[in-house]
Amino acid sequence: MDPLDRAIVNRLQDGFPVSERPYAEVAAELGTNEEELMRRIDALLAGGTLTRFGPMYHAERMGGALTLAAMQVPEHDFERVAVLVNAHPEVAHNYAREHTFNMWFVLATETPREIDRVIDAIERETGYRVYDMPKLEEFFVGLRFPV
Amino acid sequence: MTYTQPGVYVEERGQPLLDATDRAIIQATQEGLPRVARPYRAVAEQVGVSAEDVMARMRRMLVSGVIRRIAAVPNHYALGYRANGMSVWNVPDDEVRELGPRVGALAFVSHCYHRPRHLPRWPYNLFAMVHGRGRAEVDAHVAEIARLLGDADRGHAVLYSTRILKKTGLRIGS
Repeated sequence: MDPLDRAIVNRLQDGFPVSERPYAEVAAELGTNEEELMRRIDALLAGGTLTRFGPMYHAERMGGALTLAAMQVPEHDFERVAVLVNAHPEVAHNYAREHTFNMWFVLATETPREIDRVIDAIERETGYRVYDMPKLEEFFVGLRFPV
Repeated sequence: MTYTQPGVYVEERGQPLLDATDRAIIQATQEGLPRVARPYRAVAEQVGVSAEDVMARMRRMLVSGVIRRIAAVPNHYALGYRANGMSVWNVPDDEVRELGPRVGALAFVSHCYHRPRHLPRWPYNLFAMVHGRGRAEVDAHVAEIARLLGDADRGHAVLYSTRILKKTGLRIGS
């Protein structure tokens, strides 16, 4: 990444205008032009420096439901349980973490009631308890990765 | 916003938060914003409304929080931020609202949530995702949170991720 790429990555994390020619506006701020900015964003996405660029939607406010769930799975049974959990399309992300609570996944469903249904199903299939940890409040500011 | 029935959120004055056109805009942009000089006009053509309407609706969704923001999401691994630790804190319930925003405002914290305890096994009620270039940097950030919380820190842990078992984007249907 050269200095312009870095400036683009930093600037685009802060937000993008809703206007007729938003790329031209941001390009002017960064001392480049619209064409160059669009080309650079494409290259940053293609090269994997950026994972996406666009509106970040808030699932619950669109009418869906989201929760974070955790399980305590014995090491010898971990792979079996991971396969069973991941088989549910409602499981959006699943991470192994170093703790006695060692499996952490996000459930995303169309309605809040479906969260309970999926949790019940996972408990039944795996034989282990699922700890539901929905967010009660969000203190969201948004991370910046300065480069 | 009030919760009325499963899956239906309405604003307090009773208007549905999202109509069919909003949903069409969401579907047209959830993969990202087009790389053309007039991206909102391109979305408008796809959805079949005017560019002005798309921009007005997206501004409204920004205000209502349906859109958190329009921005780039960096791959933090690619940028050298290879370590992430989920720090979890046991703080007094009556102090969460005051302390949560202060922890969330720290530059190295990406998400900060108040979540329920599951006693006795899980005493933690404040979650803060901490990113760093390595574990030492994450640990230093966690120490900074501990200093900020002071006496309100009744115990904490850092859960490092060791493996991604599944990762898919969140999607909405039509």
